[in-house]
Amino acid sequence: MSAVTDAVAVPPLPAHGRVTQARVVRSEWTKLFSLRSTRWSLLVAVLLTIGLPLLFAAVTSSHWGGMSPHERADRHPLDIALAGVNLSQLAIGVLGVLVITGEYSTGMIRASLTAVPKRLPVLWAKVGVFAFVTFALMLPSVFIAFFASQAILSKHDILQISIAHGGVARAVVGGAVYLMLLGVFTLALGAIVRNTAGGIAVFAAIFFVIPPLLDILPSSWNDAISPYIPDSAGRSIFSLTHGAHSLAPGPGLALFAGYCALALVLAAIVLVRRDA
Amino acid sequence: MIEAAGLTKDYGRKRAVDGLSFTVQPGVVTGFLGPNGSGKSTTMRLILGLDAPTSGDVLVNGKHYRDHAAPLHEVGALLEARSVHTGRSAYNHLLALAQTHGLPRRRVDELVDLVGLHDVARKRAGQFSLGMGQRLGIAAALLGDPHTIMLDEPVNGLDPEGIQWIRHLLKELAGQGRAVFVSSHLMSEMALTADHLIVIGRGKLIADASVEELVRQASGDVVRVRSPRAAELRDRVADAGVTVVSLAPGLLEVQGLTAEQIGETAAANGIALHELTPQRVSLEQAFMEMTRDDVEFRTGELTGSEAA
Repeated sequence: MSAVTDAVAVPPLPAHGRVTQARVVRSEWTKLFSLRSTRWSLLVAVLLTIGLPLLFAAVTSSHWGGMSPHERADRHPLDIALAGVNLSQLAIGVLGVLVITGEYSTGMIRASLTAVPKRLPVLWAKVGVFAFVTFALMLPSVFIAFFASQAILSKHDILQISIAHGGVARAVVGGAVYLMLLGVFTLALGAIVRNTAGGIAVFAAIFFVIPPLLDILPSSWNDAISPYIPDSAGRSIFSLTHGAHSLAPGPGLALFAGYCALALVLAAIVLVRRDA
Repeated sequence: MIEAAGLTKDYGRKRAVDGLSFTVQPGVVTGFLGPNGSGKSTTMRLILGLDAPTSGDVLVNGKHYRDHAAPLHEVGALLEARSVHTGRSAYNHLLALAQTHGLPRRRVDELVDLVGLHDVARKRAGQFSLGMGQRLGIAAALLGDPHTIMLDEPVNGLDPEGIQWIRHLLKELAGQGRAVFVSSHLMSEMALTADHLIVIGRGKLIADASVEELVRQASGDVVRVRSPRAAELRDRVADAGVTVVSLAPGLLEVQGLTAEQIGETAAANGIALHELTPQRVSLEQAFMEMTRDDVEFRTGELTGSEAA
């Protein structure tokens, strides 16, 4: 480093740029993919989304002969194809929180908000980039999971289901949409809480702790409440059928998107109002 | 140029910055000096809009920092607390910042070379030493070729060579007509780099003057005189507004007269002088004097009985 002592002249910058939303998006893209944790989480999400259905299909196929009619009735090919979504949501949800809390825990947020002091472009860019990347990876993953699990189950006619069959394609795409929106929701949670452990705890509470707790309630209450919690609303996006106590895909999507929008509005207010 | 007017910031019930007004002029290095916890870092956060002031206002190059279309061209800042994601390489950190302003990759390469991080630019910033982290922060600050440079304790963690490098850099930047605002809790460091000093204690402005002025004020025109006829000289110079202290036989400290005046008086009376020295306190002493009552965390003094 001895050479630097003399070379202190800052090279002049010929052209001056200005901050635009598109440039902030470009910057957030670089930020997302320049972290090892992001690449790993996304890889894990893809592997789980594809791998778990393959495993379930293989196990179901090999044990089919020994299953009781009741067990067989419980096996639905679409549930098998989308089984991975249940697990990869953990990777996507945690990564969504980390995309923003990682900046607070390391102090990077100060650099980010010094470069973009209007602040909101950073939030929109993070949400946009993360949603795009999640959807772009998860959409092929759920289709691969569907066709591959169908191929493994090809011996069993009763477990064959056509992608052209009413609602099937919609449910498969819905799996990717759900994961994308979940990522948006947890990113907003992270922006509100500003703390990794706290953000993950709130995410886990909303999606994994509260839903089973509702079963303790009297069934009339439970039936009145549970279709509308984020977890159930989100699940109805990728369910083929819906019962009396769950929402149809359309309303489920609208409600889950509404939760995301609400969380984003809160995140935006907190980001602009509070000291960084 | 930075203009603060009545800048005040409360955190809960604690007032971190208290009615600060000052101007940081282009073309000079302005030192921002104060004991630890005196509000220097908070003031810098307020300048960048990271924190909102409780009252008062601060403008950078004529506007609120937030309102600049290209903030990195206006102010380049190095904050004391690290502002780098530990999992990202130095290169990608700078690239992400550059991209917000549409700056090319070439610019990132230039700055990596400038601060001497070429060999480690692809390493994760979390593995950097304190000194390398400072260099990365300085690269980030200079990325946009800014009019105003603001560095919070830049020499922290640097080796002697790095400190030398920073001093060169600051003077160079000011020489190019930029406003350079550098905080430190070390007066000795500022004495070597700053032209102008803003001194604060407990969030309040204590002094805003050139380095020369501050030293002169604190020194109080004391002249040390050694003479075999000290007692006689003492009577000759005695006058209203002149204080003479006899430190030892033949040794005086005169306050209120210049060395020239004392020398003339002695010559006129045929008194031989063995020493005639204007006493200048060091900037360090001047600083200690000024901030004595404003130190946030005072070192406990050992009393005789406790020491024994």
